[in-house]
Amino acid sequence: MTDAAPIMNGPANGSLATRNSNDAVSRGLKRRYAAERRFKAYGILAIAFAMGMLGLLFTTIVSKAIPAFTQTMINLEITLYPQDIDPAGTRERQTLSSANYRKVIRQAFYDLFPDVTSRRDRRELFDMISPGAVYEIRDMVMANPNLIGERVVVQMPMSDDIDQLNKGQIRKDSPETERRVKDKQIAWFERLENRGLVETVFNTTFFTAGDSREPELAGIFGAAMGSLFTMLVTLLVSFPLAVASAIYLEEFAPVNKWTQTIEVNINNLAAVPSIVFGLLGLAVFINFFGMPRSAPVVGGLVLALMTLPTIIIAARSALKSVPPSIREAAYGLGASPLQVITHHVLPLAMPGILTGTIIGMAQALGETAPLLMIGMVAFIVDVPHGALDPATVLPVQIYLWADSPERAFVERTSAAICVLLAFLVIMNVGAVFLRKRFERKW
Amino acid sequence: MTPDMNQSIPQDTAGDSPVTQSQADAVKLKARNVKVFYGEKQALFDVNLDIKANEVTSLIGPSGCGKSTFLRSLNRMNDTIDICRVEGEISLDGQDIYDKNIDVVHLRARVGMVFQKPNPFPKSIFDNVAYGPRIHGLTNSNSELEGIVQTALEKAGLWNEVKDRLDQPGTGLSGGQQQRLCIARAVAVSPEVILMDEPCSALDPIATAKIEELIDELRENFTIVIVTHSMQQAARVSQRTAFFHLGYLVEEDDTEKMFTNPTDERTQGYITGRFG
Amino acid sequence: MSFPVLFGVLALLTIFGYYLGRSRALKTAGGQVRNLHSLPNYYGYYIGLWCAAPGFLLLVGWMALENTIMDSMLIANLPDSMSSLPAAELSLLLNDVKNLANGDIVSREVIDLDLKDAAAFYGQLLTTSKMLLTAILVAVTCGGILVARGRIAPDLRARNSVEKAAMAIMIICSTIAVLTTLGIILSLLFESLRFFQMVHPLDFVFGLEWSPQTALRKDQVGATGLFGAVPLLAGTMLISLIAMCVAAPVGLMAAIYMSEYAPTKVRGTVKPLLEILAGIPTVVYGFFAALTVAPFFRGLGLDFGLTISSESALAAGIVMGIMIIPFVSSLSDDVMSAVPQSLREGSYGLGATKSETIKQVILPAALPGIVGSILLGVSRAIGETMIVVMAAGLAANLTANPFEAVTTVTVQIVTLLVGDQEFDSAKTLAAFALGLILFCVTLVLNIIALTIVNKYREQYD
Repeated sequence: MTDAAPIMNGPANGSLATRNSNDAVSRGLKRRYAAERRFKAYGILAIAFAMGMLGLLFTTIVSKAIPAFTQTMINLEITLYPQDIDPAGTRERQTLSSANYRKVIRQAFYDLFPDVTSRRDRRELFDMISPGAVYEIRDMVMANPNLIGERVVVQMPMSDDIDQLNKGQIRKDSPETERRVKDKQIAWFERLENRGLVETVFNTTFFTAGDSREPELAGIFGAAMGSLFTMLVTLLVSFPLAVASAIYLEEFAPVNKWTQTIEVNINNLAAVPSIVFGLLGLAVFINFFGMPRSAPVVGGLVLALMTLPTIIIAARSALKSVPPSIREAAYGLGASPLQVITHHVLPLAMPGILTGTIIGMAQALGETAPLLMIGMVAFIVDVPHGALDPATVLPVQIYLWADSPERAFVERTSAAICVLLAFLVIMNVGAVFLRKRFERKW
Repeated sequence: MTPDMNQSIPQDTAGDSPVTQSQADAVKLKARNVKVFYGEKQALFDVNLDIKANEVTSLIGPSGCGKSTFLRSLNRMNDTIDICRVEGEISLDGQDIYDKNIDVVHLRARVGMVFQKPNPFPKSIFDNVAYGPRIHGLTNSNSELEGIVQTALEKAGLWNEVKDRLDQPGTGLSGGQQQRLCIARAVAVSPEVILMDEPCSALDPIATAKIEELIDELRENFTIVIVTHSMQQAARVSQRTAFFHLGYLVEEDDTEKMFTNPTDERTQGYITGRFG
Repeated sequence: MSFPVLFGVLALLTIFGYYLGRSRALKTAGGQVRNLHSLPNYYGYYIGLWCAAPGFLLLVGWMALENTIMDSMLIANLPDSMSSLPAAELSLLLNDVKNLANGDIVSREVIDLDLKDAAAFYGQLLTTSKMLLTAILVAVTCGGILVARGRIAPDLRARNSVEKAAMAIMIICSTIAVLTTLGIILSLLFESLRFFQMVHPLDFVFGLEWSPQTALRKDQVGATGLFGAVPLLAGTMLISLIAMCVAAPVGLMAAIYMSEYAPTKVRGTVKPLLEILAGIPTVVYGFFAALTVAPFFRGLGLDFGLTISSESALAAGIVMGIMIIPFVSSLSDDVMSAVPQSLREGSYGLGATKSETIKQVILPAALPGIVGSILLGVSRAIGETMIVVMAAGLAANLTANPFEAVTTVTVQIVTLLVGDQEFDSAKTLAAFALGLILFCVTLVLNIIALTIVNKYREQYD
């Protein structure tokens, strides 16, 4: 098959026939490969930087958040003297509700520290207990008025500064002027510890309470419910609107100036800064239509307008990916255009649409700026019960706490971020799962 | 990292020295037991082929027969495909090109390639041709570079058509011109071998004729391997022809003999149009 | 009855209408589906639409206008001493009246008789409104059902009517996006025009000083506040520039690595990880910037004897840059992947190395798309709010020093509008004028970027 004669011809022989620039090419190779390695290294460096920052962000926040999940409590034995609470013995709710429980706690505390006598010291001593302890006892008594006259042990939260001290966030060896806890208070706290009255427990308040000025009483439940109502409104408004407009634009719209305008408009709207939507909400929903400020319904509407383009774009690409052959088959059987869409195309495109919707909702859930414009930034203690109640949402709560000077709010901010990120992760994992589960190869 | 077998050859970009008979007979590329795999699938089976210097060798065969795969393994273009694996030996001037010490960049400077679809870079005509010399550092001055570009364009028969618009984008040329630009681009690096992968399949008959003419002229200075679908083209431009079928090299011989008196039945069948 | 209940009633009536339509159609056809023009379902939808459409419009319209109308009625009914109050106090008063009517806490100490009267009137108004609405709703929906029922006959082209209505609904939905844009433009323009009646547009655009606090007394110095937007624009540009100095090179190199070098496996892990950066809420970045990055730079500055403000443009800019990396990288990755393989092969075939191919063939070919992605990144940087609100300052310094605190357009919009606001003051309206600038700048950037990217896509399709 081959004439094998010249198999052994040497390199010199072969190269004689050519006039090329081997030499120059060889000389440049070293430099060129160095450049190649350098360039590749820049790429790796860039990715390493981005990943490193992502890692740094997560570790910072998670490590700051961990202490927030525990709370320092004191097991205090108190006596519920009837003369303090219900001197008349009527057991009326009004009386029980407005009784002076402060005095009860104070008395129990002074009994523990008989040596503390000066007014100032006593005040500092009492400051070690959270102001929320009062409500704890009130609720307990109102739930069970028979306790009046008894001696009971109540577990109540200590103030945020003592909590920080206990968790080691406030260092005992730092100079007294630089920390928020006095030397005396440290000594008292150590005495409490030695008597075994101090206990660190899981911080349930954080998950069940609304906002508060006192870090140890503040929780994310109110904000989470606000987020829930806001997201419900957003979903109910944006999903049908987006699906309907995507179907129209993708399946029915004639190609003309008007539909092109709509298309360009949707693409641009997707890139409008979110704060501008907030201005729109303020001017139109609140000032023009007179809707209530701080209400999830307004926030939900604003966020719905903001996520609309995202969902429309996702829904259109999902509709586009359904092959024309399906439509032709249905038309061939005499189905009307709307039947073709509702019976065949839409069910096939639905996983894609839902994925886009979840991603849009995740965006809306993390959005803060437009909600500041419509007053969802107010300090709201009560947990909202509907879309018309004043409320705040998780990201805004994070913003509010991040602005608070108390040290204990730093860890609560981080913890709230962790909760928010957990929701986002769940939503995105859901989206990925949906995409994987219903992925279709045509 | 590179063989210094060509140390004695002075750098010379304009090729116009006559070719002697003995050199023409020299084997430029030699393939021994070449097997190519794409993942699990074997695309080429034990191909043995000698390609002689300053000849045009055409590779023919039905679609999917492995002729393009073989061509791409000659300058290791298959390296860019992750799952592709080459076994056996291919040597250029006696040097195994799949040897660890062989540098693929250097190899491709010696074995250039022209593709099926014209693929000029989105740059000016001048920059397209100057691209190779520039990256390989073949020139020290602009005037030298201009000389190389002009020579390459002249060799590709394009100079007269584009000399007044060298600064216009290469993508603005017609299909045939674009393909000749790609040939000029390959020629500008002064390779020893030029591989052409169906260079005329995207062109009209007139442009095809021009390219075929050009191939014949280039033979004087370069060794050319061309993959083609058209048997007429193989007959017109090549001195030797190799017929591939289902991953096997069925037969290779002088083109004239192949087309008049093939040994193998399958070759005959293909050439006479019974399959393909 | 409250709105959610009314919506529930509407839904129930609609479902009732649907079944009514179905059974009615079958009855008129003598039980034979064959005799009907359309499937029985469509007759159900037909009545359902006749019921739902007017009812829905009524409810939404009522909801939108109820407050405004009731407020004006309430004001008209107030004694003169109250209704003649300035707008700000009046709105406070109305709030109290409403709270009183709802039995909530009221801001003023003394609740006089007039207020109680007003509250009673308001409560009455509220009840009347809801009762009226319920009555009208029931009348309208039942009327709709009756009319539609009367029309049902075997030869009624129910499917065609329903489909026409569905099409109309879809067309209306698709215009919402346009209406949103229109709403944005109109509300920004309208409020800005009112602002420009108080502050001259040229003073606003070219003014070098920004101190929007309004004076307590009319005759005080600087009673009108100073509304020169230049320091804000400069601050925005400084922070955006810093952000892009981080995002553009890192994003671009990451995209290059992922589209040209990374093995499929690495790409499969790194790409989603990078996209996490884009999914993190900006308020988290803001917290990160204020808590970690800013103190880090401050400390670094102290080590080198530099004064770096704890609200430096540098910290905010860098964190913003990190946020923008994925926007630049994912779009650049897309456009580079779209560069035809034949160009890469052409270059490799000439003996070019990978980096030479990238730098000299792929990047020039993908340049328009890359420019587009960077412009989109810039637009995002300019419009970004939370990072700068939390990490950049409020002081409107006109400086190019990244170590100093600067403020941005978005920060000022937030500061002007958060908290108690009187709606007609220049201070509040200034926020809308700033919003208008922000909207225009980002819109222009987006249009340019999207046009470039689309042109580029067409080139290689």
